[in-house]
Amino acid sequence: MFETLSLGALQSYWWIIISLLGGVLVFLMFVQGGQTMIYTLGKTERQRKMIVNALGRKWEFTFTTLVTFGGAFFASFPLFYSTSFGGAYWVWMGILFPFILQAVAYEYRSKPNNLLGPRTYEIFLFINGALGTLLLGAAVSTFFTGSLFSVNKLNLVNLADPAISRWEGPAYGLEAVLNWRNVALGLAVLFLSRVLGVLYIANSVSDEDIHRRLRKQLLANSVPFLVFFLAWLIALMVMPGLGVNNIQGNTIGWEPYKYFRNLMDMPLVTVCLAGGIIAVLTGIGFPLFDFLKNGSKGIWLAGPGTILTVFALFCLAGFNNTPFYPSTWDIQSSLTINNSSSSHYTLTAMSYVSLIIPLVLVYIWYSWRSINRKKIDAAEMESGEHTY
Amino acid sequence: MPVNIDYSLVDWSRAQFALTAMYHWLFVPLTLGLSFIIAIMESVYVRTGNEEWKRMTKFWMTLFGINFAIGVATGIILEFEFGTNWSNYSWFVGDIFGAPLAIEGIMAFFLESTFIAVMFFGWDKVSRKFHLAASWLTAIGANLSALWILVANAWMQYPTGMKFNPDTARNEMQNFWDILLSPVAINKFFHTVTSSFILASFFVLGISAWYLLKNREHLLAKRSMMIAAIFGLAAALGTAFTGDGSAYQVSQKQPMKLAAMEGLYKGSYGAGLVAFGVLTPAKIAGDGKDPFLFRIEFPKLLSFLGYRNPDAFVPGIEDILRGGFNPQYNAVPKQELSAAISIDEKIARGRLAIAAFGAYRQAVSVKDSLKASEAGKTLQANFPYFGYGYLESSKAVIPSVPLIYYAFHFMVYSGLYFIILLIVLLFYLHNDRIEIQRWLLRCTLWTIPVAYLASQAGWIVAEVGRQPWVIQDLLPVSAGVSKIGSSSVQLTFWLFAIVFTVLLIAEVMIMVKQIKLGPKNGGAH
Repeated sequence: MFETLSLGALQSYWWIIISLLGGVLVFLMFVQGGQTMIYTLGKTERQRKMIVNALGRKWEFTFTTLVTFGGAFFASFPLFYSTSFGGAYWVWMGILFPFILQAVAYEYRSKPNNLLGPRTYEIFLFINGALGTLLLGAAVSTFFTGSLFSVNKLNLVNLADPAISRWEGPAYGLEAVLNWRNVALGLAVLFLSRVLGVLYIANSVSDEDIHRRLRKQLLANSVPFLVFFLAWLIALMVMPGLGVNNIQGNTIGWEPYKYFRNLMDMPLVTVCLAGGIIAVLTGIGFPLFDFLKNGSKGIWLAGPGTILTVFALFCLAGFNNTPFYPSTWDIQSSLTINNSSSSHYTLTAMSYVSLIIPLVLVYIWYSWRSINRKKIDAAEMESGEHTY
Repeated sequence: MPVNIDYSLVDWSRAQFALTAMYHWLFVPLTLGLSFIIAIMESVYVRTGNEEWKRMTKFWMTLFGINFAIGVATGIILEFEFGTNWSNYSWFVGDIFGAPLAIEGIMAFFLESTFIAVMFFGWDKVSRKFHLAASWLTAIGANLSALWILVANAWMQYPTGMKFNPDTARNEMQNFWDILLSPVAINKFFHTVTSSFILASFFVLGISAWYLLKNREHLLAKRSMMIAAIFGLAAALGTAFTGDGSAYQVSQKQPMKLAAMEGLYKGSYGAGLVAFGVLTPAKIAGDGKDPFLFRIEFPKLLSFLGYRNPDAFVPGIEDILRGGFNPQYNAVPKQELSAAISIDEKIARGRLAIAAFGAYRQAVSVKDSLKASEAGKTLQANFPYFGYGYLESSKAVIPSVPLIYYAFHFMVYSGLYFIILLIVLLFYLHNDRIEIQRWLLRCTLWTIPVAYLASQAGWIVAEVGRQPWVIQDLLPVSAGVSKIGSSSVQLTFWLFAIVFTVLLIAEVMIMVKQIKLGPKNGGAH
């Protein structure tokens, strides 16, 4: 079935999967957003315990999606994996370190004799929530704003120094935060994750006191999210971008309004982006008007809206002859889905593996439902069953 | 041609990978084995409805969860470290190596992380049978993830099923099944998981023995010991069997590693296996010194185990450097067997391959198809030695002999000790006289650290043993490393060292506290 597809079709198929995984990952970052608000939302120990437990039952999905995102990127576009991870070293380390802290924080937080004390583990959760989202947003923004690297496969003949991909900036990726657009998307992702965190907790925790604070936080985080996101999006629409010129032998050059033109050239992506943004806004708007009635439903709109929006942004970055990882150091080194992908054979084999993804989604859905059938309340925290 | 490699960068990158991998491996084996032991206990509970079995299941699950969390924490970095620290490697073989990593995520990690949530939070929310299924699926998910990462590791030891494509400057997958079903992969997977089952068994046995020594939790301890001892003995026999299979594969595919494992400098026909020996310190290949201060051997056994022929020639380190001997690899068709070539010759051929790669790219860029075709032929003919071209000298192919030799022998002695101890334990458990054998209980408790050390020793043999290769014969570590400042890697090394050490201390403290607190709700005696 997949064998008959052309290499270009397989590359597009895998870029769609990567885009979807990216979308799901950003949606699941409601866990990270929630982690930054444990003390804002929970004023008593019991309230904080309820919030931590609501988030704690989902943290592994975010974590696993991040790991799978990395693995799938490696398998389908290995030149991106080697160039970006091996070059923007400090950005990726900055993203990964907080996840190490997160992985132990839930399980160890309330266990006796845990060396660092519960408060430290809560700080770990905060660091993961704030730094993880901020840096991931900034890293994704470099898919549009570009990075300082070169790729030269002929370097393999240099016996003492055969590295193909080289980072050409001394800060190994940290220079990304000097570009305001990267910072804006980072902050937008941070505040979006907090908005989603609010909506998720509203959906899974039953406690009046917490719900009162949730409403306030929804407004307080939606405003900065919208400001940063719209600023970034407008800047994206007016900035020039790199494009591949097929007529001149696949050379890469600057094109004005590249991403705006991508939107015009790909109406389906425009529909996804607009639909996604509307869904997120509606998911925020209804609960703002009547939190008691709609508070717990917002996540069902804002979540899929987030997935659609991020999906559309990835499509904008990679399709329509656009390098998804532009190099501003040497524009001909920029990575496209064409020049950075795995071979036809590997993409075919991986495509067969991708067929099990729907099955994975089904069992995740089934298990998620069976665990979340009842909202978390104070009584469950005291029941003596396993809690964080 | 002099090769001036930035060894500071290579060494710190290796140190960081070793540190993170070894820390991760402190927690993984317990997850792999204990998940099955818990699933077996819960199966008994579901069959019998006896609450004591549920209590037991929940107790071991608590310890499982504490270990699992830090296993996940130390694991995430490994998924990305291939890119962050070994970027050239990631491109050179990413077409092959990336796939198992992605499959691991899609197939195994989601299974594990979904059902572990049901395992811990589902007791009162889902049916008994669904809960039991979740426990089994968690165990299967964990072991499936081991399968994929070990397939990837085996491929680095024995690259197969691929071809180098000079147009893309990388190796490309030709046959997925060759990679998944390579004999090295199969042996490695079963050897690794069964040895992990032994470790988990001794974890359960040791803690149970401690309860008996403290005169607590008799029923829980004895039942746990019975299950762990049977599970452990089956696993230990499997480990011995696959250990033989692994060493056989090493003889065939990585003769230098085998020579280091045995401290064998000068090869011979009908070579003996070292039963016990002390290496001569500061021995260097070719210095004429006896490699051993003292040694007892089983005659002809190394030839037999390595080549299934008691009179076969086993090459030593000096033979491999010099070449000229007739390899007796069973896997290679007879007509292809000719005298082994020296390492210096391999280096020359490797450089020929690398230069031909350059010439090929040059010819393609000026559209000279005749030259390109010629260079392509030279490249493919010499590609099996590609990695040798990056080596500074022939001695670079010798790994650290003492480290590998002692690690290997410690692993083997431990394996034999485990089998004997498990048989003795089963004997006393069967006769219900285990509680009065206090020496045996103490011995069992102190076997926990031995199991951990043996498990680490196994990885030292596998990974240090294949130095300098990141991919056997095709890419040395010095050519696979990311081009970043060595001070950056140094800094992250220390960050990992500090964070992982603090988390390990926290984990051990929490674990010990939970063991001292014991299972909830009292227990039957």
